[in-house]
Amino acid sequence: MASNWPILSILIWLPILGGITVIAAGAQRASLARLLALVISILTFVFSISLFTSFDTTTAAMQFTELEPWVATFDIFYRLGVDGFSVPLILLTTFFGVLVVIAGWEVIQDNVHQYMAAFLIMEGLMVGVFCALDAMLFYVFFEAMLIPMFLAIGMWGGPRRVYATIKFFLYTFLGSVFMLIGLIYLYIQSGTWSILEWHQFPLTLEVQKWLFLGFLAAFSVKIPMWPVHTWLPDAHVEAPTGGSVVLAAIMLKIGGYGFIRFSLPITPDASAALDWLIITLSLIAVVYIGFVALVQKDMKKLIAYSSISHMGFVTLGLFLAFAIFQNSEGGRGAALGVEGAMVQMISHGFVSGALFLCVGVLYDRLHSRMIADYGGVANTMPWFASFAVLFFMANSGLPGTSGFVGEFMVILAAFQANFWYAFLAALTLILGAAYSLWLVKRVIFGEVTNQEVANLKDINAREAFVLGTIAVAVLLVGLWPQPLVELMHASVDQLLQHIQQPKFTVAGI
Amino acid sequence: MNTTNMLLAAPELWVLTMACVILIVDLFLREERRGIIHMLAMITLIFAAIITLRADYLSEGLRSATAFNGSFIRDPMGDVLKLFSLFVLGIVYIYSKFYLRQFRMFRADFYTLSLFALLGVMLLISANNLVTIYLGLELISLSSYALVAFDRESKRGSEAAMKYFVLGSMASGMLLYGMSMIYGATGSMDLIQIADAISTRGGDDLLLVFGMVFLVVGLAFKLGVVPFHMWIPDVYHGAPVAVTLFISSVPKMAAFAMAFRLLHTGLGELHADWQQMLSLLAILSIVLGNLAAIAQTNIKRMLAYSTISHMGFVLMGLLPGTASGFGAGMYYVIVYSVMSAAGFGMVILLSARGVEAEQLDDFKGLNQRNSWYAAIMAMVMFSMAGVPVFVGFFAKWLVIKAALDAGLVWLAIMAVIFSVVGAFYYLRVVKLMYFDEPVTESPIEAPVDFRAAISLNGVMILGLGIFSSSLIAVCMSSFGA
Repeated sequence: MASNWPILSILIWLPILGGITVIAAGAQRASLARLLALVISILTFVFSISLFTSFDTTTAAMQFTELEPWVATFDIFYRLGVDGFSVPLILLTTFFGVLVVIAGWEVIQDNVHQYMAAFLIMEGLMVGVFCALDAMLFYVFFEAMLIPMFLAIGMWGGPRRVYATIKFFLYTFLGSVFMLIGLIYLYIQSGTWSILEWHQFPLTLEVQKWLFLGFLAAFSVKIPMWPVHTWLPDAHVEAPTGGSVVLAAIMLKIGGYGFIRFSLPITPDASAALDWLIITLSLIAVVYIGFVALVQKDMKKLIAYSSISHMGFVTLGLFLAFAIFQNSEGGRGAALGVEGAMVQMISHGFVSGALFLCVGVLYDRLHSRMIADYGGVANTMPWFASFAVLFFMANSGLPGTSGFVGEFMVILAAFQANFWYAFLAALTLILGAAYSLWLVKRVIFGEVTNQEVANLKDINAREAFVLGTIAVAVLLVGLWPQPLVELMHASVDQLLQHIQQPKFTVAGI
Repeated sequence: MNTTNMLLAAPELWVLTMACVILIVDLFLREERRGIIHMLAMITLIFAAIITLRADYLSEGLRSATAFNGSFIRDPMGDVLKLFSLFVLGIVYIYSKFYLRQFRMFRADFYTLSLFALLGVMLLISANNLVTIYLGLELISLSSYALVAFDRESKRGSEAAMKYFVLGSMASGMLLYGMSMIYGATGSMDLIQIADAISTRGGDDLLLVFGMVFLVVGLAFKLGVVPFHMWIPDVYHGAPVAVTLFISSVPKMAAFAMAFRLLHTGLGELHADWQQMLSLLAILSIVLGNLAAIAQTNIKRMLAYSTISHMGFVLMGLLPGTASGFGAGMYYVIVYSVMSAAGFGMVILLSARGVEAEQLDDFKGLNQRNSWYAAIMAMVMFSMAGVPVFVGFFAKWLVIKAALDAGLVWLAIMAVIFSVVGAFYYLRVVKLMYFDEPVTESPIEAPVDFRAAISLNGVMILGLGIFSSSLIAVCMSSFGA
């Protein structure tokens, strides 16, 4: 592949323009729409692999950068670039881009072209979020993404879809407008929208705290953190399978990515001063939401709560660094936390995506998500059962699966910060196993409970392909996380070095 | 000297002539040949735009030029606003033709009245003297009163026109009263001389401040901001959609220009005083407009309340009194006119067989009936809500930036919170179109020029957002920012 191709632009615009083509071409012929969407998503994935192979892991500098003026009057640029944090997330996005198209192949029968287009456009916008190095561009992608998701939940969702999707939209919209004020403030102060220049821009602690809260408003809703998580169970439950998958696998990661790209490096001192807040909220999410997941009767809701609990690990891992610095052992502890958070994001992307697909498989057959309606599925759907058990095991953090790696790294890092953090975080190993395995026991194992379950047909080749691909990924990351960690290594080190330098002393304030 | 005057005012003179020509031509036309009137009106707009574009004064290196003893001014801001007024009115005519034909109201009066209103708009945009301002304003107002009552059979229309007339006359009275006080305090009608007088004598004059308060009240009424907004919902609701379409778009640009000329050119020295008043008006409009819109079931009323909140945002651009603030306000008002035209255009499109599609429920299941029209309306709604990447977002962030520039953080925060509240009712329209089943399966038919215009209008909302740079640059450079 020619190295001077604007590969990031291709990754953003190919799915977006492709989505528009699908709408235009597939209005009358659903099969054409499906095929076109599949081709476009596979092409995008292939391009993203070339991004991975030609990525230089030895440097923390931005790579594949692109720079074009956008709104010159206000110094807004079309500024793209990727580093070790964004590449894995972009790969995750394009990977699920393909799977979502395949997963919706037969399931979606109404407005197929619009369904496929919504997900393609969403894919392009999400890649845009991970590539944007201009805050305005980031914000535009960050917000525009809501529109296709809003339509996807509302058009193909469950019975309470309207409530869920409006709640989802308004919640995230409200969070992000506060960030917008922060971004405009930073622009007025610094005269640039470049996120990287903002990393170096000196700010007083007072200002940093306000900005930090602005960022927190946007990203805590997105990721989501307790107590602003309530939109997520509703959105997940009502969304079509593809929507749930994208929401869980990628959209939540944008919150975590935002903390890494904005909160930590732009307001490092405020992050240090307010890390207790994030850590407390994260631990509440890990423990309390874990208990909440335990009592759910709806499978999708259970997975949604388990997502919130797992995202607690991400925020915990990111903000442990400051406590570890104080313990002055320094070294790898803080890096372990951040890398653990990143691995957790990737792993959770695979696992939660897979779990929602599993629920989707069952829902397509029985049109119920209630745990009580199932039982002994393993007897009639052995192939499905083996995949589902694997993913639920990964969800509870079984060694050998990707779920274990991230959680283990974060817990190790937590020990270097404070024993009690580690203790509370480790509770998840028990809680996660409890809610995951109890669900497995009630749904998959045991006697066949009713006639409908007895009539179930096992997964077809299409479903097996989707679940099988993710299963390979889950095991690969679990057994051999090295390439993934190496990918982000240089960027993590640079981030940690950066956040140890107080910003306000640079300013001499 | 006289020719220069005439040349500078050539676009206005052309519109005036053509309005009179159309008035006379109509006398000799049979009913089935009324299409000619439409063509004449479109030609008027096109040539007016061409004449405006031939801005000779700019080639002499001047930023502005005055005529008629300083009472008339040509400057880049005025030219840009006039061009957009002409453009939006062109779209309005295309939409209206379809509507008027359908509702058996296709008469030449609509065109002559709206061309006279356009003349008022252009005059007001270029007014540099209290008398010219009043002249332009009254030309718009009187034409609009008549337009609102255009449907002679409609009781609601007559009632709305009456309301509009009574309240509008009161506002004009206030404005005149304020002008007389300003004249008394400064001894001049000319905005530049008023500014000079204030800067030499200081702004501590009670008479002057009183005059300013009355001016702001009159201005607020014309813009339709809280608490002088009461006429907006009733007039928007009562008037035929074609007229609502007109009064909600083109005159807003003139009102913005009037606000700029009066407050900045004339009373710039009193910035601190009017800033306080405007920030109160702005915040009240944004809050009340967005809250009241939620309760509406009639789309015309909903869009009326949404106008109120949008005008609050325009005021936010005026507040800081800086070049980039005015640029932001100007950008907002242009963008708003384009969005509003598309929104009411959709209402016209859905009206069928003599029944206006004014209930929100008429939008139910539009996606299944025609997905392209649904997409256009969805873009209008997301744009009005301020969601990127549509043009409305850029307008919102420009004015928010202007407010933050001026240090009005609380105003910016209130504005964004209530734009989230506002997002709710815009989303509701999207919900009706995409998530609900249609109540009728009847196909949506429209002539080809209508379809082209509404498609262009919809694509503009997206295109001006993605390629927002040039229009922003034009607006900013109009004020030298």
